[in-house]
Amino acid sequence: ALAAREKKKEEEEEMNYFPDEVIEHVFDFVTSHKDRNAISLVCKSWFKIERYSRQRVFIGNCYAVNPVRLLRRFPCLKSLTLKGKPHFADFNLVPHEWGGFVQPWIEALARSRVGLEELRLKRMVVTDESLELLSRSFSSFKSLVLVSCEGFTTDGLASIAANCRHLRDLDLQENEIDDHRGQWLSCFPDTCTTLVTLNFACLEGETNLVALERLVARSPNLKSLKLNRAVPLDALARLMACAPQIVDLGVGSYENDPDSESYLKLEAAIKKCTSLRSLSGFLEAAPHCLSAFHPICHNLTSLNLSYAAEINGSHLIKLIQHCKKLQRLWILDSIGDKGLVVVASTCKELQELRVFPSDLLGVGNTAVTEEGLVAISAGCPKLHSILYFCQQMTNAALITVAKNCPNFVRFRLCILEPNKPDHLTSQPLDEGFGAIVQACKNLRRLSLSGLLTDQIFLYIGMFATELEMLSIAFAGDTDKGMLYVLNGCKKMRKLEIRDSPFGDTALLADVNKYETMRSLWMSSCEVTLGGCKRLAQKAPWLNVEIIDENDNNRMEQNGHEESQKVDKLYLYRTVVGTRTDAPPFVSIL
Amino acid sequence: MAYEEIINGLNLKDTELRLGLPGTEEEEQQQLQEVSCVRSNKRQFHETTDEHNLKEESSPPAKTQIVGWPPVRSNRKNNNKNVSYMKVSMDGAPYLRKIDLKMYKNYSELLKALENMFKFTIGEYSEREGYKGSGFVPTYEDKDGDWMLVGDVPWDMFSSSCQKLRIMKRSEAPPAS
Repeated sequence: ALAAREKKKEEEEEMNYFPDEVIEHVFDFVTSHKDRNAISLVCKSWFKIERYSRQRVFIGNCYAVNPVRLLRRFPCLKSLTLKGKPHFADFNLVPHEWGGFVQPWIEALARSRVGLEELRLKRMVVTDESLELLSRSFSSFKSLVLVSCEGFTTDGLASIAANCRHLRDLDLQENEIDDHRGQWLSCFPDTCTTLVTLNFACLEGETNLVALERLVARSPNLKSLKLNRAVPLDALARLMACAPQIVDLGVGSYENDPDSESYLKLEAAIKKCTSLRSLSGFLEAAPHCLSAFHPICHNLTSLNLSYAAEINGSHLIKLIQHCKKLQRLWILDSIGDKGLVVVASTCKELQELRVFPSDLLGVGNTAVTEEGLVAISAGCPKLHSILYFCQQMTNAALITVAKNCPNFVRFRLCILEPNKPDHLTSQPLDEGFGAIVQACKNLRRLSLSGLLTDQIFLYIGMFATELEMLSIAFAGDTDKGMLYVLNGCKKMRKLEIRDSPFGDTALLADVNKYETMRSLWMSSCEVTLGGCKRLAQKAPWLNVEIIDENDNNRMEQNGHEESQKVDKLYLYRTVVGTRTDAPPFVSIL
Repeated sequence: MAYEEIINGLNLKDTELRLGLPGTEEEEQQQLQEVSCVRSNKRQFHETTDEHNLKEESSPPAKTQIVGWPPVRSNRKNNNKNVSYMKVSMDGAPYLRKIDLKMYKNYSELLKALENMFKFTIGEYSEREGYKGSGFVPTYEDKDGDWMLVGDVPWDMFSSSCQKLRIMKRSEAPPAS
């Protein structure tokens, strides 16, 4: 036994040519989560060194682990990222009370006295109590980023403002915040001068403009400022004058007819902002005010006008014509195919494009079509990410796009009418999407739409080797479709399916596949309660959740349980078993 | 393109609470707030093209009534002046709902929809005494943050200033002033 131990020690030492401190220093250069996870698997000693030196931890599903295990493994963590609800929660498919509460995490972190500096949450339920506890528990806390969260009010923001002495980032993106129209901005003490990011664009209520101006004036490091709609044009001019160093600006509201003095002041202030690279907001915007920004457009790398519903296509085009260095563009489809042709000829550096629908009632404005998409693919050689809402598409267009742009990493196409075929040939869009997956060898994310049969899934299984996330809606014919994907896509992490005819056969074919994935969502499909129960039995390391809003206990009352179709199924791997905070309409099998 | 609501083999239309007289299905299609469970009807499309075209003409675009479609966040939907989503909560109900206020033309339509959604009855409204004859009182929060009784102001004023709705238990509601 002694000899065996000696041999093992020798082997371990061979693995480590250098002392631990040196290895740790080398690990400092390894920052991506995937890479750090990989090096922790090399050997026991690397696992140990890595876990004590890990400062940034990413948890993609807050129910896959728990705070106790997190702290046990990474006691020195400084930055935590947590994600809660599944993606389809963004579209109201997940009830508000489903879960994803941050409170237990903050409580545990506070108790353990870990030196938390950064907290990034996505689709989690955050309360004022949580924010208050957060603000009081970590003296070095610097950065709070909340994306698509809900459950808190401006009172919670007041705690953060008042208590976090070294606050650098307060970044609120698309959250649902109850605005108590209080004075949270004035809760930043006069001694707070460290702000780098302040984003409150999603707040609906009034803003204390005086407090805001004073805060901006005493924040020399402020680089990113995103205002809400309650900040009018003259206030904007004053703010920009105090912060000419601004890099990223979210404009609040423009008055419809600013007096010429306000407009001139704004023009003058904008001209001084030579570091400005990113522009967004324009939540209520008078179109002719856009021209005030023309002088700095040639520096812009990012432009988000997707909330500017009142700016029509021609004004957008006038602005974009000046933006030759644009890398990221988020726009409404009111820009039209013509506007996209202008983008294609102007924005040669474009990497990411998102075109959102402006006319959701679909009363026939064919704002953008396959023509716009083809133009972009032809004109923008660096394009790798696209989200495109449109009224119609053809296989021919998609095949052309695939030829022009084989570098797509993210390709999300949403044809607004479900099941719509190729509008010229009336064929399904299998061949078009098939061309995309075949040409784009680095494709990691794909969203499908339009009329699609099992064939597209055959193509995806065959060609989409790097695919990690797939969104399916109103597609496919039989279980074979889903099976092609599960069998073929070795790197699949998140699969979300709605209103497609996939059932128990596909669900149960390869239970172990789900261990390699983060999660699976299926709603309005053909899976039955019996099938889900069988799955849960075979895979105890999965949480199999059935969400049934219609009647809390209907599933138990009915005699024909097993064959009952499940409305919403959400399953995910976990190392901590069934969660205890599920509401009554969620059954965990 | 019409979608049939067939959940677990039951055609729920048979037992559905309706907003209008029986037989007025087209109107109901427009007033139906959301279709919660939609089966793909691709077979219908392939096999019955003529029938399908007829269906398309007679029923309004049901696509706008599918939950979660198009896949756009609700804060984006609200930027479109044609829709106006707000949260509705009811004391005692386990979860919030959202409605699009622009879908209703008057108080009667709105209240009927709320009754349907939460499966309760609102009493009769009178200016003096508020809502009588039920355990629930519909209230709303306006732009100034004040909680008001639904029905006190003209509909247009209400629909432009309402931020969210709450159906309170009568016991919680303050007495009518």
